[in-house]
Amino acid sequence: MIKTNKKTPKNIILSLENVSISYGTFEAVRNVFCNFKKGNITSLIGPSGCGKSTVLRSLNRMNDLIPNCSLKGTVLFDGTNIYDKRVDPVEVRRRIGMVFQQPNPFPKSIYENIAFGARINGFTGDMDELVESSLRKAALWDECKDKLNDSGYSLSGGQQQRLCIARTIAIEPEIILMDEPCSALDPISTLKIEETMHELKKNYTIIIVTHNMQQALRVSDMTAFFNAVEYEDGDGGKVGYLAEFNSTKKIFNSPKEKTTQEYISGKFG
Amino acid sequence: MNSLYYQKRLLRNIGNKFFTSLSVICAVIAILPLIFLVTYILYKGGSQITPELFTLEPNPPGDDLDAGGINPALIGTLIITSIASIIAIPVGVGGGIYLSEYSKGGAFSKFIRFGVNVLAGVPSIIAGVFIYALIVSTKILFGSMYSGLAGGMALSILMLPTVIKTTDEGLKLVPNELRYASLGVGASMYTTILKVTLPSAFRSIATGVVLGIARAAGETAPLIFTALFSYYYITGFGDLFYEMGSLAVLIYNFALEPYDAQNKLAWAASFILVLSILSVNIFSRILGAFTEKTKRV
Repeated sequence: MIKTNKKTPKNIILSLENVSISYGTFEAVRNVFCNFKKGNITSLIGPSGCGKSTVLRSLNRMNDLIPNCSLKGTVLFDGTNIYDKRVDPVEVRRRIGMVFQQPNPFPKSIYENIAFGARINGFTGDMDELVESSLRKAALWDECKDKLNDSGYSLSGGQQQRLCIARTIAIEPEIILMDEPCSALDPISTLKIEETMHELKKNYTIIIVTHNMQQALRVSDMTAFFNAVEYEDGDGGKVGYLAEFNSTKKIFNSPKEKTTQEYISGKFG
Repeated sequence: MNSLYYQKRLLRNIGNKFFTSLSVICAVIAILPLIFLVTYILYKGGSQITPELFTLEPNPPGDDLDAGGINPALIGTLIITSIASIIAIPVGVGGGIYLSEYSKGGAFSKFIRFGVNVLAGVPSIIAGVFIYALIVSTKILFGSMYSGLAGGMALSILMLPTVIKTTDEGLKLVPNELRYASLGVGASMYTTILKVTLPSAFRSIATGVVLGIARAAGETAPLIFTALFSYYYITGFGDLFYEMGSLAVLIYNFALEPYDAQNKLAWAASFILVLSILSVNIFSRILGAFTEKTKRV
């Protein structure tokens, strides 16, 4: 905890130090070192099974919910290792929000979907105002301002996903994690979400897992390329690792690693 | 080359017809007992329904032509079933929540699941004997022996497995994404269960609870050992600690009497019991359909 303040520059909000994550005896990802900059959009890309979603979920302790999942190493957020025994995962998730692959609004009204998180986080201000501003930030306000009392399920898939983003914004996290937020959506909804992300960048740090390399190129400042290889000491299964981490421009224009070059040019994945 | 047209005489087509009709016949035979039973009870009991039936005490068997009414038994069944629900619903729903939400599939939860299945298969008379041994014969409840309270406890044992199982299964049907959504906005486990998971599973849990109540309300054997029977009106709270009548035991007692008037009363009580259990079942359906609709508004 102490050494990090010396080592990590001020604009680093979240940093992974030698993180390895396993499901039971199966090691999903090994020895990841990675620093996420404040106010940036960082995308995690890589072939299936490289552990990028696992890494993302580890950033707000969502992996706790998966039985047998264990993490070695440290994830430093705000100078604290969030895997310290004294840390309350509920508090971590309040400050690091998450948007999931499948839109998952609550079976409640649009208004309640947003109010729920804020209320349990002890929000005491003007709820109407918070709902409006959250929906505005998620670029959903104009489409649903007249039907705030309708069920969240009455919205289209893309709108539901933006509702989930609005719900996450409403708890005012410092970081928003997005796990392939557009994979279940059509291209137009995807573009809207990307526009939303550009807006959000002003106030939040965003880390996004995506299978869509164009999307990574369009939205992100930094890109981390994960790959999976068979280790000699492993049990034959592939283990994920962070192959290259650099600015998105460099990753896509002049990658250092051969595998990165091959992946972004579509040779495997 | 065979013709593409359907050929009646082909062995496989004859066989197919045969098995189709066989299964239809079996299905009809399976539903016949229910139809006969309900119509027979409606016919035998329905003719005995009078306003006095609901207000009078039953007369002790004798050569009295008038058997009286079933008021104490009706109220008794309501009270005993309510006691059973008050015990079984919180414990059952709580246990179901543990199994589905908190347990991690270890030995303990496996043991509980197994135990619940065993309990569901325990004959109801055993539940009665158990409460008899535990409560009635020991006079542990403020010195009272047979009582409505003991009857309710015996029935709660029978309700418990249904409630636990339906809660467990209802909660398992709630998609994990919903739990992640709630935990992801910083809700604690307890808030998530109370505000998100339980309401989503409300329909199946309520249906299970109602079915459990319907099952318990019709049980006779456990009540013979615990609540026994009473001819007298239930007048106050204190009556909980004394023998209490119930529709099921009334039917059991009076159907065996040699007197016609008592037999008729038993039929009338059967009618009321079947009708109320039927309506409870229908109510659970309506409840299910209703919550289904509100969820999608």
